[in-house]
Amino acid sequence: MNFDERMQNVAIIGAAGKMGSGIALLLAQEMARLKNLPENKNKDYRLYLIDIHPDHLAGLLQYLKSQLVKAGEKACVMLRQMYKGREDLIENQDCINQYIEDALSVLRPETDLSVVKDSKVIFEAVLENKDLKVKLLKKIDSFCGKDTLYLTNTSSIPITILNKESNLGGRLIGFHFYNPPAVQRLAELISADTTIQELKDFSLELAKRLNKIIVPSNDIAGFIGNGHFLRDGLYALREAKKLAKDYTLPGALYIMNKVSQDLLVRPMGIFQLIDYVGVDVFQSISETSAHYIEDEDLKNDFLKKMYDKKVLGGQRSDGSQKDGFLKYDRNRPVGVYDIDKGECKLFDPKGWTGDIDKKLGEYPSGFSPWKSLLMDPKKGDKLSVFFKNLKTSNTLGAKLALAYLKNSKEIGEKLVKTGVAKTSEDVNNVLLNGFYHLYGPINDYI
Amino acid sequence: MPKLRKKVYLTAGYNTISFGSGRKEFNPKKPRPGLEQYIQEAGRGAIAQINNPENIDEGIISNFMAARFNKQGNLAALIPTIHPSLEYKPHTRVEGACGSGGLALLTSLKSIASEVSDVVLTIGVEVQNTVKAIYGADILAGAGHYLTERKNGHAYFFPALFSDRAGVCYDKFGYDYMRKGMALWYKQAIENARKNPKAQEYHNSIEDLFAAGMTPPNPKAFVDHLNIYDCSKVSDGASALIFASEEGLKKIGVPKKDAIEVVGFGTAVADITKAPVDLTVMSTTKKAVEKAYQMAGLTPKDIGILEVHDCFTVGGILALEATGFAKYGEGSAFVQEGKTNLKSELPTNPGGGLVGFGHYVGGTGVRQAVDCVHQLTGKAGEYQVKLNPNKPYALMISMGGNDKTVTAMIFKKAE
Repeated sequence: MNFDERMQNVAIIGAAGKMGSGIALLLAQEMARLKNLPENKNKDYRLYLIDIHPDHLAGLLQYLKSQLVKAGEKACVMLRQMYKGREDLIENQDCINQYIEDALSVLRPETDLSVVKDSKVIFEAVLENKDLKVKLLKKIDSFCGKDTLYLTNTSSIPITILNKESNLGGRLIGFHFYNPPAVQRLAELISADTTIQELKDFSLELAKRLNKIIVPSNDIAGFIGNGHFLRDGLYALREAKKLAKDYTLPGALYIMNKVSQDLLVRPMGIFQLIDYVGVDVFQSISETSAHYIEDEDLKNDFLKKMYDKKVLGGQRSDGSQKDGFLKYDRNRPVGVYDIDKGECKLFDPKGWTGDIDKKLGEYPSGFSPWKSLLMDPKKGDKLSVFFKNLKTSNTLGAKLALAYLKNSKEIGEKLVKTGVAKTSEDVNNVLLNGFYHLYGPINDYI
Repeated sequence: MPKLRKKVYLTAGYNTISFGSGRKEFNPKKPRPGLEQYIQEAGRGAIAQINNPENIDEGIISNFMAARFNKQGNLAALIPTIHPSLEYKPHTRVEGACGSGGLALLTSLKSIASEVSDVVLTIGVEVQNTVKAIYGADILAGAGHYLTERKNGHAYFFPALFSDRAGVCYDKFGYDYMRKGMALWYKQAIENARKNPKAQEYHNSIEDLFAAGMTPPNPKAFVDHLNIYDCSKVSDGASALIFASEEGLKKIGVPKKDAIEVVGFGTAVADITKAPVDLTVMSTTKKAVEKAYQMAGLTPKDIGILEVHDCFTVGGILALEATGFAKYGEGSAFVQEGKTNLKSELPTNPGGGLVGFGHYVGGTGVRQAVDCVHQLTGKAGEYQVKLNPNKPYALMISMGGNDKTVTAMIFKKAE
């Protein structure tokens, strides 16, 4: 069965979730394109969207429609080519409308798992819970053909374990999209030792079709992306604990978030990123990794407390950010959560946060925020100057930043050393393309 | 063409801000003024500069596609909303795509010249930001020939037509040579616009304009041979002015020092169903300009200010050749030698032109005439040209479609 034949019948399990909905968008677009190729005329294309929440499925269709409008508008130059043979589609509007219709027409939202029995490709994107994943994979395999291929979006559970416990005999691969899947260029590809070649080939072809950059990762819990992210976040939590003695806990969280965003020139501070991903997701990456990696402390008390208090971050269905380590107003951090007191402390530039800013000190010369460097062709030179000045600066902020950078570099090097990543370049690629960093952790700046 | 037997004056020019992306206050998600507000602002802006507005005999309004951008037709009937005295007067709407404004000028002129009216209120308007650019491209494609061109045309239909012109020019005259002229055209347009508070690019803060202008075209995202800096933007806005006879000026109490006079004009319209014979030549523009020169008894040497229709930078360069200022193939060199900048012998598009000021399509021709009124009467403010007394004439070209509906006019300060 070739790639295009497989793509005629695909299912996403957990389709209404954050990752599932993004994967659904990408696949619907590719299937609409295939459907319009002259050689595929009259062929049937189906994308089963399986979720246990019927109301979430209704929201998913709304989401997909609105995203398809945007995608169609953006790809109109290509759409006019695609519909060249359609004499009835003349204006851009005609082509965009048809495209949305074509993509929506492949969708089959369902709550009943058994409808996927003829699917040739199954994407699994349910909660990051090994037992749940195994249970579902086994169940699906009980009524699907033995030529069906499985791709899991797990961000930390070893594929070898999932494959073995689900009895899939090598028909499982880790295809880890980054959030949001439609935007992030990166996908990590994780094979188990037994993963069959056909599935590896299929995954590489899929990445090409979806315009994703593939970074291969070895099958070690957390893989490259979350391997770095987890340790980076845990480092910030440990540092915050130390700083809390002098600056109180909210102050310490504020400091580490600010240093990691501004002085490391990243798109978000570390705690904002954990909130974005979801404190619960971060906690489960921590638990999973700690379970499989024995010689390293990958757990943290703070996390557990947050988890227990149900302060979990993540996004509402309209995309707005829920409170986690930080408090948000229209997706901008406006305060910090005091874990011990169980209450939120609002930022106050004229008061306590202003005092902390003064203690962090002036930013070294050459500082530019992430956003202004993002499209700057000279960003490499500018970062080089800035980090050089950072190294010689004596402020509290600069010292914390330098230590943070060194730790991030060590994490990266360890991922290579322990064989999670093949090369430093792979680590850097993941951070550049999956986390939108401007530079890789393994660099010559420090 | 015979000379005008009756003197025709223009005065009381008013432009609204050319609104759209680039203006700091523009937010596509927030409510904005609509068609009527623009018509009223421009109309009232002109009327405020005259006395006794009840003496306005008629109104002419030009617009391209309000029926699609704003779902509104019958625009002539919006003229009475400008001023109570305009109720029940004869008003007319004219359309000639991007050259609509030129046709409004022509129609107003004819009315004065034929002694039907003494005072005409002339307005041009377009409000395009009601739809996203990708759908706006569909609407603007109506300036081409729908039956033969649209189906096989590009998503960005009009940029692609001028991209084709640029591509042929690259092949014939050299890529670097052409691109350099086009980038300098962009640079000059923005520099002029930064002096014009009503220009869409007034707030433009790009440091290296030439480098931006030299950005290589990206056919995947846009068109083959143009970058976005080569293109005028999507604009909302309106312009208005008063056409008057000698008696008309007296009736509205405007002294001649505040007016300019038409010394020649020419309109040429080419067959829209036929593709241009030579993409490196704007043949219709050439014809219209020749008629205007002939009527005025002038040559390019007499022109001290030029207003051309630079919907795209390459169009501006080809217009320099069509108007006789540069020889065939030498338009780019003309720009590169600085012969079109504000302090040169031929300040071209001093208010920013379509690339810098903006291009509210159906109103642009009127906007160009307003700028000529301001320049020749010394009211252009920071972008005022110091006119060489030996070259006291301004030439403007309003072009519709792919060089299909063109009106040229030559003005001088009224005596």
